[in-house]
Amino acid sequence: MVKLSTGQRIKSGVCNTEVMVISAPDADVVLTCGGVPMGNGAGDLNPDHSDGTTIGKRYVNEDGSLELLCVKPGDGSLAVDGELLRLKESKKLPKTD
Amino acid sequence: MNIMMLLEMAKDACGDRTAFYDAASGQSISYSGLFKAAEAKAQLLKESGASRCVVLDVANLTIPVALFSSSWAGIPYVPINYRLTNQEIDALLERVKPAVLVTDSDRAAVFNGRKDLVVHDRTSFQATKPQQENEESWSFEPDDIASLLFTSGTTGTPKAAIMRQKHLVSYILQTIEFMSAEEDEATLVSVPPYHIAGIASVISSVYACRKVVQLANFTPEEWLRIAREQNVTTAFVVPTMLTRIVDSLEGAKTANLPMLQSLSYGGGKMGHPTIARAMELFPETEFTNAYGLTETSSTISVLGPEEHRSASSSGDPAVQKRLASAGLPVPGVEITVRDSSGDDVGSDVHGEIYVRGEQISGEYEGRDSVVDADGWFPTKDAGYIDSAGYLFLEGRSDDVIVRGGENLSPGEIEDVLLEHHAIHDAAAIGVPSEEWGEAVVAVVQLNHDQTVSTEELQALVKSQLRSSRVPEKIEFWDELPYNETGKLLRRVIREEFGKR
Repeated sequence: MVKLSTGQRIKSGVCNTEVMVISAPDADVVLTCGGVPMGNGAGDLNPDHSDGTTIGKRYVNEDGSLELLCVKPGDGSLAVDGELLRLKESKKLPKTD
Repeated sequence: MNIMMLLEMAKDACGDRTAFYDAASGQSISYSGLFKAAEAKAQLLKESGASRCVVLDVANLTIPVALFSSSWAGIPYVPINYRLTNQEIDALLERVKPAVLVTDSDRAAVFNGRKDLVVHDRTSFQATKPQQENEESWSFEPDDIASLLFTSGTTGTPKAAIMRQKHLVSYILQTIEFMSAEEDEATLVSVPPYHIAGIASVISSVYACRKVVQLANFTPEEWLRIAREQNVTTAFVVPTMLTRIVDSLEGAKTANLPMLQSLSYGGGKMGHPTIARAMELFPETEFTNAYGLTETSSTISVLGPEEHRSASSSGDPAVQKRLASAGLPVPGVEITVRDSSGDDVGSDVHGEIYVRGEQISGEYEGRDSVVDADGWFPTKDAGYIDSAGYLFLEGRSDDVIVRGGENLSPGEIEDVLLEHHAIHDAAAIGVPSEEWGEAVVAVVQLNHDQTVSTEELQALVKSQLRSSRVPEKIEFWDELPYNETGKLLRRVIREEFGKR
């Protein structure tokens, strides 16, 4: 269990995935990639958590309290407290500068 | 959070793409090249012991290198206006030393030898190698200062606005989709590096992986020529630039720039006739109006292409009017209008614009934050929000004319004057009056070979606004005074009115 802070960068223990925390709940959570805790975890990729991550995409939990930006892609899928994160819809804004 | 992370992502995803192309020198740099240069120069900055990296130069390849290497080294990047006098520059340097100064060779000779200043001309900055390899990553601390940006100081001593890593990164993540540009896209950047849009364009283009074509010294002819030559697909201009581009195409049917997909403008109030004419000249181009300030990490509201089209084709005057609006807030930003006692006002009521969001800094060096307890930043811009949420700007709050206790917005009067076919540009200001406290007067610039009488213009204003808005006197000037990034210098007009 760890408390995540905005701006923090965390690596996967099973693949090349790296994420940056955009927003996080004010509570301890278990953040996993490929089914294995991120940061200092190590182990084998869980096949149920192996859809992979895409660079530049944002991932959120159901209530929107956790949002991560994938800064390096990998084979594992992200989950918090066992709940798989979903891809956040991107909005198309006109270019302004 | 660190803008270096955004460059690292671009380097990982499209390292071989051209990141920046300097039209003046013909040199370019890829994302991999920019990342490597940032790494080496970060080490150079660390070895120098400097607390700031100051850049005094036009747009060229050293600009993005200096910006990103500063963030890697963990020191603020400070771009300074290269049009200032040496004396003015010395005064600013005193506030940021010890520093590394990167500049052109003439200026390097001038400032070389100053205490607590390591001076590089842009060639030596590019060529100098650090003594050791850079082995450290950048800091992730969101509160680290990424840049200090001196405000234009049109009303007094320049203030150093603080942009923290969290402000710039939040702005980019809220408004730009990663790698959203195709490989053949290019954006033409003609705003100077010391303007907030100059910084924002560097970072947002890097995150979109869009090639930046740098135009160091704007002229409408060069802008059009480079846009054609480099197959430019997007561009940002300040209002005076767009006005000059439109003027330079007088008599032309179109600008002949079919590649240009989008043109955004911002940084000041834009006259309705110029936009309407620009839309004719660039029939294939989508127009976007962006409103933002230094203290808000650039854009906080946007009038998009679809809204430009619907406003210009609408028969409803209220919708049509939105063509001259600053649009709707960007994601993550809230905007409200307050009266002089600080209370929120309803739609269509004039007041001062306040803004709140992650990208809002509102801090200046050596001063307390001007952001209130609830996170609202007073922009000091006057305006109103219409019933559909569109934001209308009416100039700086300080420019509001107080006539006999009534607050009059100069923008409202100027909009009416600009509708007259003979008027090229107009400014309404308040001058001291025994009777009213302040009286409304105006200065106008006529179009070529056009004439109009004061009486006719007064009648025009009276036909559309209350009689208190009618300028008592109107002077005809050859041109109105602007600073180099397109800000109307009302102070100069107030000083010179009645003395020409």
